[in-house]
Amino acid sequence: MPHAISLAFICFALWLLLSGHYVPLMLVLGLLATLFVVAIAVRMEISNREGQPIHLLPMVLSYWPWLLWEIVKANFVVARCILTPALPIKPTLIKVKASQKSRLGKVVYANSITLTPGTVSIDIKGNEIEVHALTRTAAQDLKRGHMDRRVTKFVGSN
Amino acid sequence: MTMAAIDVLSWICLVTGGFFGIVGGIGLLRLPDLFSRFHAAGVTDTLGAGLILIGLMLQAGWSLITIKLVLILGFGLFTSPTATHALAKAALHGKVKPRLSRKGT
Repeated sequence: MPHAISLAFICFALWLLLSGHYVPLMLVLGLLATLFVVAIAVRMEISNREGQPIHLLPMVLSYWPWLLWEIVKANFVVARCILTPALPIKPTLIKVKASQKSRLGKVVYANSITLTPGTVSIDIKGNEIEVHALTRTAAQDLKRGHMDRRVTKFVGSN
Repeated sequence: MTMAAIDVLSWICLVTGGFFGIVGGIGLLRLPDLFSRFHAAGVTDTLGAGLILIGLMLQAGWSLITIKLVLILGFGLFTSPTATHALAKAALHGKVKPRLSRKGT
């Protein structure tokens, strides 16, 4: 239930911000559309902890800035690789361990890997994520498991 | 004075973002295979698009447009790795072999 309420709130806020209509008729129509969407989401059983991880909101403040900084650093590395005439790349496939227990945690980890240029997650089998890395250093940095620990801390032990 | 400062900052963001967009494009042309090209696309997706959108936000100021730009940036950052992953997985399962460097080199 708290997830359905938060979904309704988010949907209606989004509707207000994107539509820019503030006359009563439109507001009522927007509200009806919101309730319709929430009803569908509840019926599809996607309005739950996994579909809407609102419990992660407090931790987002520490994880996102860290991830953004990692992305910026990785961008400069990849950009330098691309612009170097000799093209110093060593593409490798590696398997890294995902220590997160929940599916949500694994998705957050795999998406964070892909979002960082230089590493792309290709496949998840059980507890292992298959990663394509552009350079040997990118692969080694990931193997060290710093990001894995950050994500586990971010999603919690569940 | 502050207006000029914001304008300068905005243009720095726009030009740097454009630069990373071009770098991503060059990478798409220079890198050897599908899998390594994902990394170049990642540069355009993250820092390229991000800096351009931040530059535009600074131009728009505190308005509904800025909120929409933030939403574009947010949705972009959530959906682009998912799309990349879908592409990579499809390629791997479709027997496209990544070109790898030999071990020990």
